[in-house]
Amino acid sequence: MKAFCRLFEQLDGSGGSIARVDALAGYFAAVPPADAAWALHALLGKQRKRLITGRRLREICLERTGMPAWLFDQCHAQVGDSAETIALLWRPAHPPESAAADRQGGETRPLHVWMEEVLPRLASLEGPAQAEAVGELWNGLEPLELLVGNKLLTGGFRVGVAQGLVLRALAKVSGLEESLLAHRLMGGFAPSAAAYRSLMAEGRGEEPALSRPYPFFLASPLDPAALAESAPGDWLLEWKWDGIRGQLIQRGGESFLWSRGEELLNPVFPDLVTLADGLPDGTVLDGEVIVWPQDAPVPSPFAALQRRLGRKAPGAAILRECPAAFVAYDLLESEGEDRRSWPLAQRRQWLEDLRNRSAPARLRLSPCLALTSWQQLDVLREQAREAGAEGLMLKRLNSPYLVGRRRGHWWKHKLAPMELDAVLLYAQAGSGRRANLFTDYSFGLWDGEGRLVTFAKAYSGLDNAEIDELDRWIRRHTTERFGPVRAVEPLQVFTLAFEGLQRSKRHRSGLAVRFPRILRWRRDRTPESADSLASALALLGEPGAAQR
Amino acid sequence: MKRTSHLPPDGLISLTPEGLHCAAAGVWIDPWRPVSRALITHAHADHARPGCGTYWAIGSAEGILRRRLGTGIDLRPVSYGQEWRLGDASVSFHSAGHVLGSAQIRLTAGGERWLISGDFKRDADPSCTPFEPVGADVLISEATFGLPIYRWAAGASVAEQIRRWWKGAPERTSILFCYAFGKAQRVLAELAALGDTDEVLLHGAVQTLMEPYRQAGVAMVPTRPVSELPRSASLAGRLVIAPPSAHRSAWMKRFRGPQTAFASGWMAVRGARRRRGYERGFVLSDHADWDGLVRTARESGAHQIYLTHGQSDVLARYLREVEGLGADPLEGGFETERSMEGEPGPEPE
Repeated sequence: MKAFCRLFEQLDGSGGSIARVDALAGYFAAVPPADAAWALHALLGKQRKRLITGRRLREICLERTGMPAWLFDQCHAQVGDSAETIALLWRPAHPPESAAADRQGGETRPLHVWMEEVLPRLASLEGPAQAEAVGELWNGLEPLELLVGNKLLTGGFRVGVAQGLVLRALAKVSGLEESLLAHRLMGGFAPSAAAYRSLMAEGRGEEPALSRPYPFFLASPLDPAALAESAPGDWLLEWKWDGIRGQLIQRGGESFLWSRGEELLNPVFPDLVTLADGLPDGTVLDGEVIVWPQDAPVPSPFAALQRRLGRKAPGAAILRECPAAFVAYDLLESEGEDRRSWPLAQRRQWLEDLRNRSAPARLRLSPCLALTSWQQLDVLREQAREAGAEGLMLKRLNSPYLVGRRRGHWWKHKLAPMELDAVLLYAQAGSGRRANLFTDYSFGLWDGEGRLVTFAKAYSGLDNAEIDELDRWIRRHTTERFGPVRAVEPLQVFTLAFEGLQRSKRHRSGLAVRFPRILRWRRDRTPESADSLASALALLGEPGAAQR
Repeated sequence: MKRTSHLPPDGLISLTPEGLHCAAAGVWIDPWRPVSRALITHAHADHARPGCGTYWAIGSAEGILRRRLGTGIDLRPVSYGQEWRLGDASVSFHSAGHVLGSAQIRLTAGGERWLISGDFKRDADPSCTPFEPVGADVLISEATFGLPIYRWAAGASVAEQIRRWWKGAPERTSILFCYAFGKAQRVLAELAALGDTDEVLLHGAVQTLMEPYRQAGVAMVPTRPVSELPRSASLAGRLVIAPPSAHRSAWMKRFRGPQTAFASGWMAVRGARRRRGYERGFVLSDHADWDGLVRTARESGAHQIYLTHGQSDVLARYLREVEGLGADPLEGGFETERSMEGEPGPEPE
């Protein structure tokens, strides 16, 4: 646990990526596999299991310190995180002086003992016995250990280190390729010494689990200059579908559907699992999961897919109303062989052959679009919305299927976002590094009767200086408080960008917005000049939108 | 509901647009605007402002005050503990332990004693005289760090952490950001107290404040302005002290791949450090921590306490409800604005 806390401290600083990789590699090389496995699990953000809630920890802290609840909550508002608030408030048997970083002794149990014994035991207790045990644990910890320990308990452990850096460190320690490590980590990593050893083992010898997906290859936003050197004929053009990325696997008579977030989606899309059952053994497809009724010319909007995503074991009605389709655009494995090194043209040919041979229902192929000159590119892109897509994909016909985001092979060329000018109505403080700063904003548009109606929330798009300035403005122009939310004078106008607009019965404005974010702060605009719900409906472009 | 309070209309001290005012003595204390007569608790810019007729301040603050407010100001130096008449009141300055020459100011008239704490801390600090507990009937205290999450370790142990951070990176330049007046000299004095004798390099803004401290006989490690070194000189393994405003400024260009840290009470909270992009935060403050604030309120013996700055409403509620003291946040121009650096509230200088 000591070594892991030290690693946390090193990663938590904003030092460069080289220093972080060094710190990670140093840690992995030094600790036993059982600890390395748990550390890796936590660093990859897989430690999501909540053993004890932050609320319960707060309760225990209050009970054992006798501190008034309001005072704890004031502290929490400043800190933005229960685990850290308690770490700062807890007064151990040792005064803080002796708890300085140089103190020897203290916590000596290794990380895997913490994860496998200490913390689960606390979670298994109840009531006063639990409070007693948690208090006792806290008493023996230094502040940093208290913070890390609480974060592991609440399942809120996060440290700003990208998976890529972790892979680089593992590659450094093991001498293996990053892409091999990424592949081995796909489909879940069980935190055990054995799993860590086989992850880091040499060679490709062992048989991978049937369910294991390949790491996804990702496209980058189009850099038009990158196309200038090549002919349109070097590229495969497709629509960029507005669903979720998925990998469909058929191996040994079993089917698996994985999301890009490595979530197994089998229970959510039984219709697609059935589809995969019809594929030849040893087939892995990359494609888009989307709602697309059999005879519809274009897929349903994203909102229809969202209705599906929330449900495990969907009922017959929803399956009928929102039938899922798998729009395949790549083939990663056929006849049980990894085909990722083949050029795209060859993989695509196999995919088409597969479609023609077996043609399971609802397996759609993403059609190839024709392009003869680069001048046509943006004309084609403008037709995406009509096709029910959100833009274009450009993939080099000779590209292999790589791991992660590697520029130059695959580009995405999305439709320009929709824009509306909206008025800031409410603000709420963020958490973590945005604790105590108003960074979560709600915006309104004018209705037909001269009232502002909340229409979108946005959290991103302003730079730090703007956030600070707006925060000060919000504090001075608060008109009402509703718990953590502040209503402000409706004076500030912002241009919001978003990817899509849907009718919605659940929203007061009657509209649901997709990926809203702040494009710019319009200090030049008065609130009266902001957009109305009617102008939003016009963007919707729905026939007869105005009458409804 | 936020409870705020005004000073009683018939009290010894009142709040005017210029700041805290004692009519009996005909003076203001740390006025915000130019007035005829000003008592100054200490030389930080939010407490000592230019344009007043006559200033009274602790003698060891004189050098810094003249540098900041003009060499020609009418400044009457006073000593700690000395009591003298001003109009119908008697006045005394008492050590506040905040920075060199910082004071609490007590005014007595009509049998009532009012104490204005100014900024203060109770922790040992080799760069200034220690805090002196002072009794009063009414106390006006700061509450900058008025939350129990703010608890300070001894300055010496923080200095040891700083030293280890610096010496642990012999190939890199270590840049420690901290307020130029007070904190910087405290760090230099704490390093000297640890027995370190290595030269520390200073940003110009820190350099200008060194002479008054050296004149006052504060023992610090040797220093040199970084600007005196030739451009070609290697800065590997050197410690440089600079004000926070230099972070990410053009001044930083001269250092290649330095490690950076910020020394401030705000660094107690992880988010505050991450927001500002420092690699390390050292929790070192020249203000009282929570325990220091509560203890000072309790020990003053005051029947009424008014709180200014920072978490005044939280501390007041705690003193009322838990300590059973008469305490209220003081309405007025004390609430410090968030600085441009995104702090929960700026630690003055």
